[in-house]
Amino acid sequence: MTTDRAPGLSALGDPTRRAIFERLADGPRAVGELAGDLPVSRPAVSQHLKVLKDAGLVIDRAVGNRRLYQLDPQGVGTLRAYLDQFWNRAFTAFKAAVEQ
Amino acid sequence: MTTQATDTAVRTSIVVEAPIERAFSVFTKDIGSWWPPDHHILEAQLAEMIFEPREGGHVYDRGVDGRECRFARVLTYEPPNRVVFSWDINPRWKIETDRANTSEVEVRFTAEAPSRTRIELEHRHLDRHGEGWESLRDAVRSPGGWPQTLEAFANRLKS
Repeated sequence: MTTDRAPGLSALGDPTRRAIFERLADGPRAVGELAGDLPVSRPAVSQHLKVLKDAGLVIDRAVGNRRLYQLDPQGVGTLRAYLDQFWNRAFTAFKAAVEQ
Repeated sequence: MTTQATDTAVRTSIVVEAPIERAFSVFTKDIGSWWPPDHHILEAQLAEMIFEPREGGHVYDRGVDGRECRFARVLTYEPPNRVVFSWDINPRWKIETDRANTSEVEVRFTAEAPSRTRIELEHRHLDRHGEGWESLRDAVRSPGGWPQTLEAFANRLKS
């Protein structure tokens, strides 16, 4: 099942990257803000952002002397990643409901 | 549970310990029992979710103020094996009125045993949401964007 998995979705297989992705859905963030918000180091956050960027889910831009990361508003990858998460969680809830 | 994706579709499947009729019924008629409760684009508080069990029916939210939000059209209704509905929510998180810009969701139910059912979901033609795509970021930043609401939902299930 992993062979035709899109890179964007694979990138979200990691819980920390998913957490970063979800925070970026809330708005653009700098590395330091993300690191302050998560139980991982700043270099680790940078590494995760690089993976998300390579997967086409996240873009970065310079604002003054800061670099802000945000979800890539172009392309269908971000929507897919979003819906992938949505349906997975909805299915988990569905399973709980149907097995009651 | 497994997930796959092609360029313009997302696929997910899950096996539940329930007869196929019950799985189909909970997925459709009782959609409000599992749909992430905060994931609605109504302005008012949600009163109920309705899944009209017929081709040409709608899936919609009704708010406590009586207003309705029809976010899906039932395209195929074949209990207990298959249901297909449109996804009429655009990247700005508003109802998409141009049907050419809507995606669709197919859900297939297969009995693996008398009390075990496999459910496969494909959400496809995501590229049709192309127009207005650049606004996704603004949409997801708004209160009620999916990740936060889904996380809240998952937490509620755990408690």
